[in-house]
Amino acid sequence: MNTRTRSLDTRAIVAPRTARRRRGDARIALFFIAPAALGFIAFYLVPSLRGIWFSFTDQNLIGAGKFIGLDNYTRMFGDPLFWNALWVTLEYVVINIGVQTVLAVGIAVLMHRLTRSAVVRGIILLPYLVANVVVALVWFWMMDYSTGIINVFLDFVGGDRMAFFGNENLAIPTIALINVWRYVGYTALLVFAGLQTIPTQLYEAAALDGASEVRMFRSITLPLLRPVLALVLVITVVGSFQIFDTVAVTTEGGPINSTRVIYYYIYQQAFERFDLGYASAMSVFLLIVLAVVAYFQLKIMRSNSSDLA
Amino acid sequence: MTATATPPQTRPSVSPPSRREDLTPARRARRLNVGRIIAWAALIVLLFVTLFPFYWMLRTALSTNTALYTNAGSLLPVEFSWGGFARVLGLSSPEQAAAEGGTTGSINFWLYLRNTVIVATVITVGQVLFSSMAAYAFARLEWKGRDAVFFLFLTALMIPPIFVQLPNFILVRDLGLLNTLAGIILPFFFMTPFAIFFMRQFFLGISREVEESAKIDGAGHLRIFFRIVLPMSSTPVFTLALLTYITAWGEYFWPLLVGRADDSRVLTVALGIFRSQTPQTGPDWAGLMAGTLVAALPIFVLFILFGRKLVDNLGYSGIK
Repeated sequence: MNTRTRSLDTRAIVAPRTARRRRGDARIALFFIAPAALGFIAFYLVPSLRGIWFSFTDQNLIGAGKFIGLDNYTRMFGDPLFWNALWVTLEYVVINIGVQTVLAVGIAVLMHRLTRSAVVRGIILLPYLVANVVVALVWFWMMDYSTGIINVFLDFVGGDRMAFFGNENLAIPTIALINVWRYVGYTALLVFAGLQTIPTQLYEAAALDGASEVRMFRSITLPLLRPVLALVLVITVVGSFQIFDTVAVTTEGGPINSTRVIYYYIYQQAFERFDLGYASAMSVFLLIVLAVVAYFQLKIMRSNSSDLA
Repeated sequence: MTATATPPQTRPSVSPPSRREDLTPARRARRLNVGRIIAWAALIVLLFVTLFPFYWMLRTALSTNTALYTNAGSLLPVEFSWGGFARVLGLSSPEQAAAEGGTTGSINFWLYLRNTVIVATVITVGQVLFSSMAAYAFARLEWKGRDAVFFLFLTALMIPPIFVQLPNFILVRDLGLLNTLAGIILPFFFMTPFAIFFMRQFFLGISREVEESAKIDGAGHLRIFFRIVLPMSSTPVFTLALLTYITAWGEYFWPLLVGRADDSRVLTVALGIFRSQTPQTGPDWAGLMAGTLVAALPIFVLFILFGRKLVDNLGYSGIK
């Protein structure tokens, strides 16, 4: 990425400076970085180590835990609800990210070709500004079985009413799509920004050669968008695994565990069962899963190389 | 992503000037038009789907709750009433609320609003200031181990928040800060990896000349940062501040853990509780929608005032 080369350049320029100058920088740098470093150590670094330690203890919410070895992990691997939570989360992520990415690219291309209006972009960003909880409640109401407008509409056009949140098979897709509604505009704007870095001449040349719109999309837009898409995907996938708010204010894990996503299950173990040790073991597992997913995504998408260079 | 100091370039529209030679002008125009009409139609459907839920919040909030059940399909408010808002804002008596089919439980909306404003404001000020300072040290100062420390900070981007929030809960408990606003604020107050990354990207792109000339005039890094670099960076600082404010305003998980008590409750947590208290049969939808609207309102106001800047700057803001 550019960042890397740029910081190297910077160093090359600065290198000839004297040692005294450099020592001066170190002292002032400490001042600049101290507050952030305090926050990082207190709320990221130490808790990370502590979280790993908790996962080997029977820590609860009140006292201090004692070391119990791998008990939490053996319990976790034998816990059907844990595997269910992982599976449900995966289902959510696949639907959420799949639909969202395709739509976001579509919307971005649409805006790119049709309009640069700031009002349109503003409206598209609007759902992102509203809290997850608010978004969840609005859709929960609109999808209510008896009086929600969507079911009233389905009834009106002669379809069947759907228990969006009450049906085991519908609940996860419903929640996934609600969050697509919230995040798709934001994602589309990031892709849109990526589109603007593609040189216009490429399209002009392709058009002269008689390439169709579809062909241009496949042969120019998609390949050149890959680095942007890769980064967007890594971030949105990691975010998607953290689905909690929508579940917490609508289904609370039901019906019959069908929406008990991993974040919600960890939350319940920690704050309803007071089993922080077990919850920590599961969050360690989640951390590893996310690291592996991100690693393979970056590898597959070869995000650090652009075809543009 | 790369960041540059210049706003995203606006290029002329890229609709190709000419198609295949063998197309007659009329045919070409028709093909273009059909495609464009479909594309515009898709865009309009998209805008409708985006905006409709907001309208529905308003329509529901302005209805009488009991009437919502008898006339669910009406596109206008049913039996227009300010009752929903009155209940949320604590302006209606329990009898009045019961008559309209609303919840009679008390909601201390103004307190929760005050809490949310304090939390979001303090987090934004601290996080933006301290992250910018750190970003400056990473982008512009020379010190040993700089890149290694930066990389360490960046790895925190990939950590699922719950992983550190469980131990952070114990930390806040040990500090005696459970059910205080300070407990809600602290973990977000000093930095987020994203904020540092965001500001560093911008600082890397600033020309060094201004700093160099200030240095020749004898200004130290402190002076350069606060008097020159920070004012020069008002646009990204502003974009970051707005994003931070929106995120802090909507945060649900962490305040749910440490701020459940009434006097430290923020709006998102209050809405969740309001929803769980509303009866299973005949929930107070009008009140609930009024509540969601007033919870979202301050962000809408911010967006109307400053949205243009945010929308234009998302380009180089990178990714959140």
